[in-house]
Amino acid sequence: MTSIAKPVVAHPRLKTNALGLTLRDYEGGMSTLCAGCGHDSVTAAIVQATWELGIEPHRAAKMSGIGCSSKTTAYFLKQSHGFNSVHGRMPSVSSGAAAANRGLSVIGISGDGDSLSIGLGQLSHAIRRNVNMIYILENNGVYGLTKGQFSASADIGSKLKKGEVNEQPPIDPVLLALSVGATFVGRSFSGDKRQLVPIIKAAISHRGLALVDVISPCVTFNNHEGSTKSYKYTRDHDVEAVEADYIPVCEPIEITGLSNGSSNGNGHATNGHADGRPANGDGDLRVVQLHDGGTVRLRSTDPSYDPTDRANAYQHISGCQSRGEIATGLLFVDESSRSMHDVLKTTSTPLVDLGHEDLCPGSAALEKLMSRFC
Amino acid sequence: MNGVNDFAFKIGTVNGTGSASANGLLMRSIFRMGIPVTGKNLFPSNIQGLPTWYEIRVNADGHLARAAEIDMAVALNPATYAKDVAEIRPDGYLLYDSSWPLPQALNREDITILGVPFGRLCVEAFTGDRERTLLRNIVYTGALAALIGIDMEVIDSLLNETFGKKPKLLDANHKAIRIGYDAAVELLDCPLPFRLEPMDATSDSILIDGNTAAALGALYAGATVGAWYPITPSTSLMEAFTAFCHKYRVDEETGERKFAILQAEDELAAAGITIGAGWAGARAFTNTSGPGISLMQEFLGLAYYADIPSVFFNIQRCGPSTGMPTRTQQPDILSMAYASHGDTKHPILFPADPGEAFEMAVQAFDLADQLQTPIFVASDLDIGMNDWMVKRLTWDDSYTPNRGKVLTAEDLEKIERFSRYRDVDGDGVAARTLPGVGGKGAYFVRGSGHDQHADYTEDSAAYCELVDRLRRKFSHAATLVPEPLVLTQEGAEIGLVTIGGCDLAVREAQALLREQGILVDVMRIKAFPFQEEVKEFIESHETSYVIEQNRDGQLRSLLMIELGIPKDSMIPILDYGGMPLTARVVVEAVAGAPAGVPA
Repeated sequence: MTSIAKPVVAHPRLKTNALGLTLRDYEGGMSTLCAGCGHDSVTAAIVQATWELGIEPHRAAKMSGIGCSSKTTAYFLKQSHGFNSVHGRMPSVSSGAAAANRGLSVIGISGDGDSLSIGLGQLSHAIRRNVNMIYILENNGVYGLTKGQFSASADIGSKLKKGEVNEQPPIDPVLLALSVGATFVGRSFSGDKRQLVPIIKAAISHRGLALVDVISPCVTFNNHEGSTKSYKYTRDHDVEAVEADYIPVCEPIEITGLSNGSSNGNGHATNGHADGRPANGDGDLRVVQLHDGGTVRLRSTDPSYDPTDRANAYQHISGCQSRGEIATGLLFVDESSRSMHDVLKTTSTPLVDLGHEDLCPGSAALEKLMSRFC
Repeated sequence: MNGVNDFAFKIGTVNGTGSASANGLLMRSIFRMGIPVTGKNLFPSNIQGLPTWYEIRVNADGHLARAAEIDMAVALNPATYAKDVAEIRPDGYLLYDSSWPLPQALNREDITILGVPFGRLCVEAFTGDRERTLLRNIVYTGALAALIGIDMEVIDSLLNETFGKKPKLLDANHKAIRIGYDAAVELLDCPLPFRLEPMDATSDSILIDGNTAAALGALYAGATVGAWYPITPSTSLMEAFTAFCHKYRVDEETGERKFAILQAEDELAAAGITIGAGWAGARAFTNTSGPGISLMQEFLGLAYYADIPSVFFNIQRCGPSTGMPTRTQQPDILSMAYASHGDTKHPILFPADPGEAFEMAVQAFDLADQLQTPIFVASDLDIGMNDWMVKRLTWDDSYTPNRGKVLTAEDLEKIERFSRYRDVDGDGVAARTLPGVGGKGAYFVRGSGHDQHADYTEDSAAYCELVDRLRRKFSHAATLVPEPLVLTQEGAEIGLVTIGGCDLAVREAQALLREQGILVDVMRIKAFPFQEEVKEFIESHETSYVIEQNRDGQLRSLLMIELGIPKDSMIPILDYGGMPLTARVVVEAVAGAPAGVPA
C-alpha cells in the first residue's frame, strides 16, 4: 500500500547477520500509518527477527489482505516479493504460493478485521491445512482504515470513540486456532519486543502454520478509556504464560532475546539468558524440538504450564480471559506437526523448479492410456 | 429414416440402482462394433430414488448430437412411464417390464409394445434384493442386445475386462446378460427393423468425457497446483486430475509427489490458491461451475489487474442460482467475459467436445503464461460429464510450455531497474519475475492502484497508463487465441454462428437443411476475444443466426458489444431447457423462418 521510500544510510559499523546483511537490509519503505501505531512496532519486531534468523530476503514472500495491518508488508523486507491481495483472502493466496514453492518463507500479515470477520473461514482453513507459513494477526479490535468501526475481536463493553458500546462477544483468534487444530499458537503485545521477537523467530521456524496474535493498539480509534485493546489496558492485564527464546541448531545466530531483543553481535549462540537473569533450571524450562532442526526454549512463569498440551493451553487462555487477563507467550506448539507439504507428500524440490520432463508423461504414455477409452 | 445404424433409444430408470454401468456397457459394445455412437446421461441432482435417463444414439454418418427422435424407450421407472412413452416417435417401440400387467400409463396405440419380465427373471435367477436390483440392469441390456443386434462376444469381453478380478460378479453378470438375451429371443421378434450392423468407423476414436480429457490436458501442460471446491458438474475434472497425477507424477522410490491438489473451503479460496500459485510461478488451475464463478469474481479482478497467470475451467450448468445443477447450458458467457468489478475482460476458450477440451486445456496454460492473466476454459455439463466419441488424443513430444516473459536472475543482472508493468514490446505484456529467484526482481503485487514500477499510485495518468496497457493486452490476446472453425458451402447466403457444445447439432442441421435445399455456412467461435474474421463472416451473410444455449442470447450480446455488429443482423436461436442441443431445433428455426425477417 502507500509507502514512502526510506533513505538508505548504512553506517559502516552496522552489525551484520550470517548473510552479511545489516538490519537496514531488512527494513522496508517508510510507514504511512498513524504515529505511534502498534503495527509499526510489530514491523520492527519482524525486521529484527528475520534479520537475526538470516532469512534470505529474496526467499521471503510477504503476504497480506486489506486493512491497516495489511499495509505493513510494505514497511519491512524491501528486497522481498510482496502480495497485497484481497480483503480476508490472504490465507488462500499464501496457500497457493506456499504450495507452488516450498522454498519460500511465507510471512502473512493480517488484522482482526481481515482475519476474524471477512476472513474467518480462510484463517480457520489455512490453520487446518497447516500451510507452511507464519501468520501474524495484528489485533486492535477496530477497523482503522474505514475510520473506527468495531471488529469481531472487540470485547463486550468496548467503547468506540463516538461512545458506541460493543455488545457482541469477541472472537479470540488464539482460542479459535487451538480449536481448529493449530500446531503453533503464540500471543504477544506490539509494545513488548523482548517477548515478540523470539516468538516470531520460533514461528518462522515452525513446520506448518504458526499463528501469532499480536495485541496492537490503534492510537487513533481504539486507545482510550473504555477500550480493552488500548496500551494501558493491555499493559495492566497482560499475563505472560511462556517466554520463548529461539536457537537455530544449524547456523547459530546470537540473540539475547529476553532482555531487549537485540543481538550482542558476536555471531555465536549463547545457551542461557543474556539479560543477567539466572537460568531457572529444568523445572521452568522446556526445550521443544522443531521440525527444521531448531529448538524453542520455553519458560513458563508458572512451572506447571505445558505448552505442548492443547487442552491445557485452552484452559490456561480461557482462564486468563475469564479474569480479564490476556495470556501471552508461546501458548501452544505441536512437536509432531505435519505441515501442508508433509500431508500432501510433495516432492522436496519446489514444484516451480520441476522441469516439463518431470511433469509430462509423454506421447507413449498417452497412447497406452487411450486403450482405457475404447 | 431410422434404420440400420441410425436410431436412438432411451432408458428410464431410478437413480442409484446401478443402471449407469449397464448403460455404459451398452454404449461401449456398440462402439466396439465399429459404429459411431454417443450417450447422454440425463441424471437428477440426487443420490438415490429420482428418475434418471440414458439416451443412446447410433449414427453411421457420425451425427452424434443428441437425437431429436426416440425410436425406442425402455421404461423401467413407473414414476416416469407417462413421460417416457410420450417421447417415443410414432410407430416407435416401447420395452417394458412385463412381470406385471401393462400399466395404463404405458399404453399408446401408435407404437409397438414389447414386454420382457425383467423383474420376474431376476427373482427366479438371483437371490437378495440388492443383487436382483443391480442385475436387472444387465438383464435389460441382454434383451436390448437381442433386439438391436449387439454382438454378444463384444459384451462378453467387456464384462470380462470389467469384472475380471471379481469372478463371482463376473459369473452373475454373464448369467444375467444371457437371461435377458434369451428371453428377448424367445418372446419377441429379434432383431428390430432398426438395428446394428458392424462397421469400421471407430478404430481411430475413443469414448471419453470432457472433464477427463481436460484433466489430461492440465497434466500434459505441466500444471502442478490444482485448487477446487466440489461442485457438479466440474468435480470429476479434479478427480480425474488427481487420479492421473497419482498414476504419472509419484516418484516410485520415495513416494514423493510432483503436484499439490488442495480441496479448498469454498470457491473463493480455490481462486485465491490458484492465483497465489500462479504468482509464485506454478501452472495452477481451478475448476468450477456457475455459482463458483460468481464467488470468484473479486479474485478474477485482482488477477486481471495485477497480471497473474491462472486457468479457470468452468463446466457450465443451468443457472441462475443453484438452478438445475445436473442440466447443461451455456449461461456464463457474459459473466466470464466481464468477470469482476471495474473494467475487466478475460479471454475464454470454448471447447466443442472432449477432444478440444484436451487441446484447449493445454492452450489455456500457455495463454495464461503468455498473457499473464486468467484464462477461462468454458466447457459445459454435456461435454464435461458425458462420453463422446472423439479422435484418439495424441501428444507431440516436441511441445515445450510457453512460459511467456519471465526474467531469470541472470536477466535481472543485465538491467538497471526492473519495472514489473513496463510494456517494452508494445503488446501489453510486461516481463515478470518470480519470488525466490533473487536479484533485483522483487516487487509488490497489489490490487490497489499501481504504476509501471508496481508502486502504489493514485495518480490519474499512471492509472490510465496501466489500464490502457491491459486493454492493449486484450487486443493482443485476439491474435493468440484459436480462430473460429468455418464450414462453407458454395452459394450459401445464410450463416449459422455457434459456440462450444452446440457444434455437432449445428453441423447436422447444416446437412439436414441442405437436403431441404437450404444452404447455410457455419462458423463455430472457439474463443473470446473475437477476431475480425468473426465480424466478416457475419457481415458477409445476408442472414445470420446465432445459436447458443441460454435464454438471453449472451453470445449475440457479446458480438454486438465487442464487434459492433447490429443487433438485427443476428437472429437468435436459443435453446435453454437444460438438454443438449438437437439439430431439429436449428432446422426448424432456420427452415421455418420467413426469409429475412428476424425471429
